[in-house]
Amino acid sequence: MRKLSSGACMALIGLVTHPLLSQELGLGREVTAAEVRAWDITIGPGGDELPEGSGSAVEGSQIYEVRCKECHGELGVGGDHAALVGKPADLKKAPPIKTVGSYWPYATTLFDYTRRAMPFEEPGTLTDDQVYAVTAYVLYLNGIVGEDDVMDRDSLPKVEMPNRDGFVPDPRPKP
Amino acid sequence: MDAKQSSRRAFLGAGAFAGAALTACSAPDATPPEAATAPSLLGAPVRRYGERSPHETVARGVRDSQTPEAASSRTPLDETYGIITPSALHFERHHAGVPDIDPTAHKLLIHGLVERPMMFTLSDLKRMPSVSRVHFVECSGNSGGEWSAKGAPTVRLSHGLASCSEWTGVPLRVLLDEVGVKPEAKWLLAEGDDACRMQRSVMIEKALDDAIVAYGQNGEALRPEQGYPVRLVLPGWEGNTNVKWLRRIKLTEGPQFTKDETSKYTELMEDGEAWIFTFEMDAKSVITAPSGGHAIGGPGYHEVTGLAWSGRGKITSVEVSTDGGANWSEASLQQPVYSRAFTRFRLPWNWDGSECVLLSRCRDDTGYVQPTRQELIAQRGRYSAYHCNRIKGWRIAADGSVSNAEA
Repeated sequence: MRKLSSGACMALIGLVTHPLLSQELGLGREVTAAEVRAWDITIGPGGDELPEGSGSAVEGSQIYEVRCKECHGELGVGGDHAALVGKPADLKKAPPIKTVGSYWPYATTLFDYTRRAMPFEEPGTLTDDQVYAVTAYVLYLNGIVGEDDVMDRDSLPKVEMPNRDGFVPDPRPKP
Repeated sequence: MDAKQSSRRAFLGAGAFAGAALTACSAPDATPPEAATAPSLLGAPVRRYGERSPHETVARGVRDSQTPEAASSRTPLDETYGIITPSALHFERHHAGVPDIDPTAHKLLIHGLVERPMMFTLSDLKRMPSVSRVHFVECSGNSGGEWSAKGAPTVRLSHGLASCSEWTGVPLRVLLDEVGVKPEAKWLLAEGDDACRMQRSVMIEKALDDAIVAYGQNGEALRPEQGYPVRLVLPGWEGNTNVKWLRRIKLTEGPQFTKDETSKYTELMEDGEAWIFTFEMDAKSVITAPSGGHAIGGPGYHEVTGLAWSGRGKITSVEVSTDGGANWSEASLQQPVYSRAFTRFRLPWNWDGSECVLLSRCRDDTGYVQPTRQELIAQRGRYSAYHCNRIKGWRIAADGSVSNAEA
């Protein structure tokens, strides 16, 4: 009896070992929609993921003064770190100057990056209202939105960036 | 004669040769070698984790920065051997510092256009089917200074933002099978757990092809600078897409146009148009010895050696010129040659002592040949900044000093 059971067991291993490679592993755990929402901070170009809240350039200038100016300079230029303000013509200078105004294709990216990564030493500490406001201010400095234009989940994705159509997919020949 | 005798005879033969060499090089009244008379000393005891000899000081190149948390350090390619970069010398490029992550608390979330959004612990990942593969990682800004006519004076400055490791982990395809990718998912977003939550969009074809969710590097856990406890490895793709400290993967219909894939890591052409999602690193080679800053001594035998790699497959040949490009010789390639990995090349060289310029030029298995600077500029202008893979030259002066050929 024992011998038979052992043989059956061997046969079973022979049967299940290979199919296991194409089966679910049963590792990890499924998560709830609420858990996903807490982790999913990415804002795509369509802006569907944008949070509640709003802000204008007028409000944003106050925040910029305290949280951004030290690195990015008065009015978004002349700081020790990335210049934020420029015109599309700057891309044809030698060397070219890439800024939010001259280069960035989507305003949603500015919101996303500011919210996740700025200020450099204290990333993630701005409220959503503050991020909308400082985004509005940087867009205003670039002449893209008006001083009193309110940025929110509806208006921000509609902002047309000057270099929106400036990018082409990798044209190198594929092997 | 048995093997033991044969081995002994070979040893005696070698000894006799060494003795003859010693005699030839020594003055007639030379005192016996020190090793023959010094007393033996008891060595150090065993230890739990090895360190290199205190006589070895080779280190990554680090430049002063106002923000060392958002900076890079460079691999000293001229002082590493073979094709594997020691983990402690793997180049770094961080955007918000190296996070201190508790591996028992770290989780990877996979969600978006999937049947079952799921979270995996490091223990889950380590239980899954695994692979170990040798691949380079290269910052797409590597050799950025080589767009200029002048170029960098040393190989660590010109090419040190590239390194090669054996990576161990779970094929991303296995994880995607677990969550069930919906047919409309054509891209995914990978996000790190560093302070800026660095994120990049990746095509689903790459994810299903050879992408690895890696927890091992050169036989041990990833170094913190390389993404501990888990990172994405996208063989052959620009370094920035190999997201470190991987915390989240979101399946999406299209790319997310993140800051790093729009304002950075895009190539601006002179007509003002920019190339986006230029993922593969083109084939590239560089001579690491002799290279800028070296002094090779006198004429006679020297080995010319270096590294070649391609983001599109295997290196099939490396040619070396020792006369500034007039003539080329086929270098030998260290075997085995791995796809999308450093490939070591070597060429014996008898230097006649006159000034000359050394160049290397590689070809990969797609037939692509490494271009000159002029060819690259004709294709991509002077300001595309990233993905510079031009041929690099080193000038050997009559005194044996080595410098950038275009300085």
